[in-house]
Amino acid sequence: MDYVPLISIFCAAFAVSFGALGPALAEGRAVAAAMEAIARQPEAANTISRTLFVGLAMIETTAIYCLVIALLLLFANPMMP
Amino acid sequence: MESPLETFPLFMLGPVPIMASVVVTWAIMAVLVSGAALLSRRLTPVPSTAQAIAELLVGTVDQQIRDVTGAAPASYRAFVGTLFLFILIANWSSLIPGVTPPTATLETPAALAAIVFLSIIYFGIRDGGVGGFLRGFALPNPVMIPLNMLESVTRSFSMFVRLFGNVMSGVFVIAIVGSLAALLVPIPLMVLDLLTGAVQAYIFAVLSMVFITSAVEKGKPQPAPEIEES
Repeated sequence: MDYVPLISIFCAAFAVSFGALGPALAEGRAVAAAMEAIARQPEAANTISRTLFVGLAMIETTAIYCLVIALLLLFANPMMP
Repeated sequence: MESPLETFPLFMLGPVPIMASVVVTWAIMAVLVSGAALLSRRLTPVPSTAQAIAELLVGTVDQQIRDVTGAAPASYRAFVGTLFLFILIANWSSLIPGVTPPTATLETPAALAAIVFLSIIYFGIRDGGVGGFLRGFALPNPVMIPLNMLESVTRSFSMFVRLFGNVMSGVFVIAIVGSLAALLVPIPLMVLDLLTGAVQAYIFAVLSMVFITSAVEKGKPQPAPEIEES
């Protein structure tokens, strides 16, 4: 029985699922804060939403890293026979 | 399932393997260059529809650069505008059947991030001189030199992984859903992919602008520290 593919697939799913948790919570907080800021200062909506987009992309990168790690495990695993 | 991390040559040009992404990149470049040449050949004071659209585009890019940097947009317009337009069209080229966007392969985002890395050095040295640019690494104090040097590499790397990961995951998801139910089902995902592509192009341009501005700002001669009165 070869355990490497089994463990690789499990770890890939594990990495994506738990890697998506943190960014999801963080993006929720960021959007909530931006909503509040826009509600307080509607005239600054342009600046706030631009900063929000850049910040969301930054946060999302951590989830993308996990996705890339998962793909590396599945498709470019050096241990895989 | 074909690995998204590998690329396969489309054909051989002598000893050089030509990838599909290279062909698509050159096609996009040809479209952009010929489009720009055609649009700017006959500029009139009273613009035609096409010229009005082009002016709107340039004006929007200028306004964004002014908002982000606070500087005159003229010296950054060509670089950032081209970067934005190229990535936007590359991301949206997945709409043409059979075309994989070049940004969904490893090489194109890596090359774009390398261009941004070099342009940060270029603009930093152009505006602050070699000494000013190097002094920027020692801010806020010299202890930060190794971290700043590391950061200048990792932020380009994260731009590369961000663009690649976002576009590639979109293409990958559409391929998986298409293999399960090919008729009409992938269309909402493709619409989402268009949004992601536009946002990523915008993010890439804005981030490169932000990094260039920070290198330029750090290179400027430092004013004497002001004592804030509050």
